Amino acid sequence: MPPTAVLLSQAFSGFAFGTLLALMSSGLTIIFGTLGFVNFAHGAMFMLGAYAAFVVLTYTHSYIAALAAGALVLLVVAVVLERGLLRFFYTRPPEDQLLVTFGLSVMLIEGMRFFFGSDSQRVSPPPWGDGIVDFWGVFYYPLYRVEAIGIAAAFLLALYLLLYHTSVGLMVRAGIEDRLMVGLLGIDVRRMFLLVFAVGAMAAGVAGVIFAPLSAVIPDMGTPFLIQAFVVVVIGGLGSFGGAIVGGILVGELLSLTTAFNPDYSQASIYLAMTLVLVLRPRGLFGAVGRI
Amino acid sequence: MSASVGARRGSRWLPEIIVALLLLGLPFGFEAAFDTVDLLSRILVWGLFGIGFDLLFGYSGLLSFGQAAFFGTGGFVTAYLLTSHALTNVWLGMLAGVVAAMLFSLLVGYLALRRVGLYFAMITLAFAQLSYFVEDSPLAHWTGGENGLPGVPPPAIDIGPLTVSFSSGWGIYALIATLFFLGYVLARFIVRSPVGAVLTGIRQNADRTAALGHSVAGYKLSVFVLAAAYAGLAGVLLGIFQSYMPPDAFSVDTSGQLVFQTVIGGVGTLLGPAIGAAVWLFLRDELQQIPGVGSLWMFILGAVFVLLVTLLRKGLYGTLAALWESRIAAPVPQPEPRARAAVRLHPTTAQPTPPSAAGAAATPALEALMVSKHFGGVRAVSDVALTVPTGEIYAVIGPNGAGKTTFLRLLSGEMTPTSGHILLRGHDITGHSVTAINRAGIAKSYQINQLFNDLTCRQNLRIAALGRHRGTLRFDVFRAADSIPAVEQSIAGVIDELGLNATADLPVATLPYGEKRRIELGLALATLPSVLLLDEPLAGLSPGERQDVIRLIRRLAEGRTIVLVEHDMDAVFALAARIMVMHQGRPLAEGAPAEIRRHPEVRRAYLGGLKAHAHA
Repeated sequence: MPPTAVLLSQAFSGFAFGTLLALMSSGLTIIFGTLGFVNFAHGAMFMLGAYAAFVVLTYTHSYIAALAAGALVLLVVAVVLERGLLRFFYTRPPEDQLLVTFGLSVMLIEGMRFFFGSDSQRVSPPPWGDGIVDFWGVFYYPLYRVEAIGIAAAFLLALYLLLYHTSVGLMVRAGIEDRLMVGLLGIDVRRMFLLVFAVGAMAAGVAGVIFAPLSAVIPDMGTPFLIQAFVVVVIGGLGSFGGAIVGGILVGELLSLTTAFNPDYSQASIYLAMTLVLVLRPRGLFGAVGRI
Repeated sequence: MSASVGARRGSRWLPEIIVALLLLGLPFGFEAAFDTVDLLSRILVWGLFGIGFDLLFGYSGLLSFGQAAFFGTGGFVTAYLLTSHALTNVWLGMLAGVVAAMLFSLLVGYLALRRVGLYFAMITLAFAQLSYFVEDSPLAHWTGGENGLPGVPPPAIDIGPLTVSFSSGWGIYALIATLFFLGYVLARFIVRSPVGAVLTGIRQNADRTAALGHSVAGYKLSVFVLAAAYAGLAGVLLGIFQSYMPPDAFSVDTSGQLVFQTVIGGVGTLLGPAIGAAVWLFLRDELQQIPGVGSLWMFILGAVFVLLVTLLRKGLYGTLAALWESRIAAPVPQPEPRARAAVRLHPTTAQPTPPSAAGAAATPALEALMVSKHFGGVRAVSDVALTVPTGEIYAVIGPNGAGKTTFLRLLSGEMTPTSGHILLRGHDITGHSVTAINRAGIAKSYQINQLFNDLTCRQNLRIAALGRHRGTLRFDVFRAADSIPAVEQSIAGVIDELGLNATADLPVATLPYGEKRRIELGLALATLPSVLLLDEPLAGLSPGERQDVIRLIRRLAEGRTIVLVEHDMDAVFALAARIMVMHQGRPLAEGAPAEIRRHPEVRRAYLGGLKAHAHA
């Protein structure tokens, strides 16, 4: 049994990673819930956010500007992709939607590799993120990581308010329940799809910005994150906002706590958890019956 | 798949012959152009990997993003057994790798195939990641972790005093090309066999395939394991070819590359993946030589991929093949005239030992005992009972939302009743699967057509007829789907009966609605049911077509029991021996047409429904 301090530190670390994963997964899940397709390019969008942070922080040192840039870049990318290509895929089989977003993901990753190379870029945390937090002398933690939790949580809260406390959100949630009916009620489903895709993509982009100072920024950085987000939504229930948050934190904690015991099994543990959920509760913890 | 194989039997082996000639000739071209055949060997390893994936995705519609799991498993099990000298016979080591990949896929498939579409893709991807991380860390002692396993030996055969080793260059090419050819021939057998027909049915409409008496879960798992065998063998060959088993065989990029190559080359073509691999490897090697563009080769491939998915979903080979076929397409050969085969249409499912005449008369064909179906608080069907003797046409009528369709779904096994029992010739079939119930002799034609749209009428009917003749799950891969005389006779009989001779070999998607409606009925009929459930067979038909179908139903009732749900009252009163009226999930009245016509509550609730509602 590892010392309590290590466990506490790892638990905290898992929570930090989990909130970011939750932000990423919530984007994936609302896109799926509304548009009915899994965005395979979500990991590449996360990576775009991280590169936006890299460029903006390198030149301006303004974290707020980096967040804005990350969101803006993804807004533009999402609008171009949705209007230019993806909307033609709404009536095609799910496999085609998967394939086309997979292809787009490769293009985004390789495009970034062309401009920035394969070398990893370092992004330093903002000045107000420099420092160490002393948790009652039990463990110490880099300040930015603590702040990252707050920032990610703030965006999750904003997403929650948008979805659950605005009339647009009501339409989106109604669309998740019954797309056809929402259309029949005279709501412009096309605009709603665009909006949801953009919001979902921006969630991935913002997660990328927040994550950039915590890791090496490379073109492939989104892929493992995407697959972990898949695990999150399978565990939480595809299409469920609450499931994405609970699943995200659960997966973050699993990754982190198993590392304290035996890092060899850390990555494998989340896939085992997913297997258990599939066997015991195939629709996920919060998934609705009958939706896929 | 040719619709008219009978007329073109001479070309049966043509693809195999062409592939064999290419495998013999191409290496000389590669040797001349690149001074080595290694590029071709590599293409064939990916092509072999892709044949399995094409069976899984192209033919069966199961998009797995985790084939790397089996590619890696096959490669590493063989590499470990041979480099650790646990096995000295290289052939045995290769076999062990393939078997290991198949066993692993059995487990993954059991879990992943519970879900369809997107979920299936994500779960297979996650399992591939799991195996990647397990290879990388917990098993690093055996697999070399991120270093992989160097020194995988090639196999050899002894011919008398001579030992031929399949190592480097032409040697390994000979081995890979031989196995690729065998894999291709096997896959060709499979796609032309009844198994291939059922897999195509699963891709186009899995629920209907199950309702036609095929074990969809069984076939899916089988093709998943088969694809893993191909993947495992390809992984084994990669290790031997490179004398080194790399850990990135397990990586998500491997699965992605396979998907890429298959889609670029063409899904559902078997050779498409090899062509995609050639494009991939050629672009990688050649574009990288060009300054400025070199690092963009993957981007260009990605753009090509997106373009093909968007516009040419058949891929390069599929598109070219389609063009070629349309150029040389001979006029559709007329099917040879056949004797009217109505006799063969009759149910063959009489009990093995015919009961005494008295017993047969006493046992109704179909019984429902106080059957209910509740969805939460909604009582869609409540305490409905019915008894239909053999040979009777029994109609269920009622206003929209009365629960008629749900009731029919309970009888067909698509839904399990919340309470109550359903008996077929006295045997309790409650809770049996729709597949088992079809096998027992109940078939349903649907309110909304459930056809295999890309197939011809004849191929549609073949999927239905095959279930009756081969059972729910069978691996008869070495005979052609259209070579079973009893099946072809059934199909011809149904086509005659339905008057579909003129359009039997056209894709059903191109047919007018009235013909599709008849094929819908034909699908149920081709399973040779003793009980036929018809859900609004007249829906959407013109008055003339209605008369045809009414006559048809009357003919079908000879020796067969029919339960009919229909809104066309004239048809119902003309056809049915007895009628049940359902209202709000409950039976309101039952009796002969004359009684129903006079029944006061029926008149109030249904026939004069508007008036009744106006009062309420």
